[in-house]
Amino acid sequence: MKITVNDETQDVSATTLAGLLDELGYAGARIATALNGHFVPRTERMRATLAAGARVEIVAPMQGG
Amino acid sequence: MAALFYGQELSSALMLGTAQYPSPEILRDAVLAARPGVLTVSLRRESAGERAGQAFWSLVEELGVPVLPNTAGCHTVKEAITTAHMAREVFGTDWIKLEVIGELDTLQPDVFGLVEAARILTEEGFKVFPYTTEDLVVAERLLAAGCEVLMPWGAPIGSGKGLNNLFGLRAMRAHFPTIPLVVDAGIGVPSHAAQALEMGYDAVLINTAVAKAGDPVRMAQAFALAVQAGVLARKADPMEERDMAAPSTPVAGKAFLG
Repeated sequence: MKITVNDETQDVSATTLAGLLDELGYAGARIATALNGHFVPRTERMRATLAAGARVEIVAPMQGG
Repeated sequence: MAALFYGQELSSALMLGTAQYPSPEILRDAVLAARPGVLTVSLRRESAGERAGQAFWSLVEELGVPVLPNTAGCHTVKEAITTAHMAREVFGTDWIKLEVIGELDTLQPDVFGLVEAARILTEEGFKVFPYTTEDLVVAERLLAAGCEVLMPWGAPIGSGKGLNNLFGLRAMRAHFPTIPLVVDAGIGVPSHAAQALEMGYDAVLINTAVAKAGDPVRMAQAFALAVQAGVLARKADPMEERDMAAPSTPVAGKAFLG
């Protein structure tokens, strides 16, 4: 299934956001996620299902002013 | 008494940004030299391979300074709100430096979007630090929206021009005597920071002025001293300015030598 992760098209087999993070190697990372422009809390990632064309954002701490 | 930011006293009136330093080591040394009360941080896309964010977070944790996440780069209310939610989860704090940028040349806040986002985020339990202008009407709206801190700009972000509208900033201080006020953006040199604190501002937020100095660590130390001087001067109650000279040496008893 083709989805977009951080603006890059990826072919993934995961069907939930939690599964996607495992598949892409984010396990244990301090990150936050959004699906189709909506914030998905950590506790909801198991229930957040991915459809073809889904837009996923994965962000982490970064320098800021 | 030092100002309380949502009930919390800061160890210093200096808030320091973490962006644009030549290296993580220089950032760390600058923070150690500045001894800021708060470090501002942000969120960016993370690639699973690089894990740049994880390394940065380890450094911030090691420094042990409270963090204030921002919504930098957000141009809409929706973006800012989603970013704030992500920041709350990642950084484990309900503090958010709310930026809704309205204009690209000046990075001037979109004050209409700012007020709307501030209201929504306050209702959702955030403690909002709004990056705003010195406009008193907007300030009133932000307070009505639930903000307990205001962060007017000194000058456009990264410009280093200092306190561009002294009259406006003074009016803001006078108009909101009990609200914690922070000059955010535009400070270029330590004297600008001291000036803001002498005027009664409760804190200053600085990033580019330190990060882009030739020697960021030394400049961080200079800002720490300026902030200390400004706070002390304010407590000492500065003299009134006047238009005419007034002799400082007593005239009475002066020998007649004419």
